[in-house]
Amino acid sequence: MIIPMRRPEGAAAREMEEKELREYLENIAKEVRWDIVRMIGLAGSGHPGGSLSCADILVCLYFHKMNHDPGRPDWRHRDRFVLSKGHAAPALYAVLARSGYFDREELWKLRRLGSMLQGHPDRLKTPGVEISTGSLGQGLAAAVGMALGLRMEGNPAHVYALIGDGESQEGGIWEAAMLAGHQRLRNLTAILDHNGLQIDGRCCEVLDLGDIASRWRAFGWEVLEVNGHDVLEICCALDKADEFDRPGMIIAHTVKGKGVSFMENNVDFHGKAPTPEEMEKALKEIEGS
Amino acid sequence: MRLQRETRNTRDGYAAALLELGEKDERIVVLDADLAKSTQTEKFKQRFPERFVDCGVAEQNLMATAAGLAATGKIVFASTFAVFATGRAYDQVRNNIAYSNLDVKICASHGGITVGEDGSSHQALEDITLMRAVPRMKVVVPADYYETREAVKAVAYIPGPAYVRMGRPKVPVLFDEGYRFEFGKARVMRGGRDVTVIACGYMLHQALDAAEELAREGIEAEVLNLHTVKPLDREGILESVSRTGRVVSCEEHSVLGGVGGAVAELLVEELPTPMRMIGIRDSFGTSGTAEELVEHFGLDAHHIAEVVRGFLA
Ligand SMILES: Cc1ncc(C[n+]2csc(CCOP(=O)(O)OP(=O)(O)O)c2C)c(N)n1
Ligand SMILES: [Mg+2]
Repeated sequence: MIIPMRRPEGAAAREMEEKELREYLENIAKEVRWDIVRMIGLAGSGHPGGSLSCADILVCLYFHKMNHDPGRPDWRHRDRFVLSKGHAAPALYAVLARSGYFDREELWKLRRLGSMLQGHPDRLKTPGVEISTGSLGQGLAAAVGMALGLRMEGNPAHVYALIGDGESQEGGIWEAAMLAGHQRLRNLTAILDHNGLQIDGRCCEVLDLGDIASRWRAFGWEVLEVNGHDVLEICCALDKADEFDRPGMIIAHTVKGKGVSFMENNVDFHGKAPTPEEMEKALKEIEGS
Repeated sequence: MRLQRETRNTRDGYAAALLELGEKDERIVVLDADLAKSTQTEKFKQRFPERFVDCGVAEQNLMATAAGLAATGKIVFASTFAVFATGRAYDQVRNNIAYSNLDVKICASHGGITVGEDGSSHQALEDITLMRAVPRMKVVVPADYYETREAVKAVAYIPGPAYVRMGRPKVPVLFDEGYRFEFGKARVMRGGRDVTVIACGYMLHQALDAAEELAREGIEAEVLNLHTVKPLDREGILESVSRTGRVVSCEEHSVLGGVGGAVAELLVEELPTPMRMIGIRDSFGTSGTAEELVEHFGLDAHHIAEVVRGFLA
């Protein structure tokens, strides 16, 4: 027999709920990181750095914030997520599998001929992928289009988009930002995976984004900044963004390769798979974390 | 059994040419868009940092900036992946670079299906068609390390815009240190009287292997290396085809308006000839290893040989 626990009330209740939520999301994030590393390791190619840096954000979206139903990927009222930085596909595949959009065993066929999991997201092959991406700088504009479409039909669903900091050098990002700001798209929230690195080196050395928060504000967006690895901070910002009267930008300060010491802040692991030995080492490290 | 051949990257040939050009000519400037390691422009950047600019992940800006630099008298090499150089920045290439007839040499890597695992978004299968359609644009698709090196050095001093398409994988070395690249002139790689097989880039070694296979069965295929897709070597192609009476084109690219398209346009007006086209048939690519994809899309030597056999039967 299960004896019902007396729930604490007020501030104590909130504290407990927060603790539970943190544990719940952090556990999933750990499993997602494990899946990402194994998936890319087995595939022998892929982008571990930018997948690991956005893992916590995607977990908060799919396991806390978003209104979605893995059994009905085409449900009209679902919230939409667009992975504008499409090379982080492994992170998306891991959360989709764990949500129940498809069998987790599919993950180990990543990037293989005939696999439903392509090198970059393909909406025709993978249930749960809203739009195909991989060419940087276009996903945010597609999210703007979705937000416009939903608003036109009075659909209450919200649209989320994840962009990269290197990706933010694309002019298309700023064209989309201007349109969303002008249209006051309050049903759109973008998240910037601000890990400070791109392929050729540090973003600030290749092509500096400057005062990025001010730039988004100047384009008519409400801006929040969070630690992109603190799940409660991320959830809190996502909740706040619901209240904005305009599009919201959450600047998530992240570490590229987060969770695997030899990949952290290491530009070499942008687009390189771990060797079998490195993979084992990384998986052990994640298990022990 | 096929001979074990030495393989090398075409991109390495590009890097070698840039260093050579940069040493001799102050006007050589190189631009990239956050892919300097992949395109190999990094080697030029290390040697001549003051003549290299990384434009960040911004291909449209890359091409328009290249146009402006060229307008100040520089010879500009602009590099990124083929899909972004020609697709994302098409309008900049057309309206800024080509319309003004500026000295911008678009040297793109990762052309074709052999990009492999990254999948469709990164596999340029329409770039030759796009670039060929732009007035004043020259299009070169070199087949190995040496041909790439010599082609890049040649286009540097041919006035106006040019597009050089390189691949991702290592490919067999077909030429040597002394190779002389003749811009605009198809090269007969192997003589034959039964059929003319026209190929370039990655497909050249596959076509040569197919010819070898066919030769063992008594079929003599003439193999033309069409390294310069535009301007087209009309005389060279017509001369060969008038002898063989049959043509097979091979491209690591869509068959719509690419290498086969260029040949067909010529023949249909000048010398209507039965023809088969080998290439990607109006479809996107997909993820897989380069070798798997080459076979999956029927670009391998065996398939070429099979098409020729069926054609001659
Ligand atoms: C239009 C386009 N140009 C270039 C690329 C190649 N590319 C893939 S990832 C990347 C760097 C992206 O940096 P960032 O957005 O910071 O990604 P992250 O650090 O989150 O991995 C580049 C240039 C691409 N996919 N699309
Ligand atoms: Mg980054």
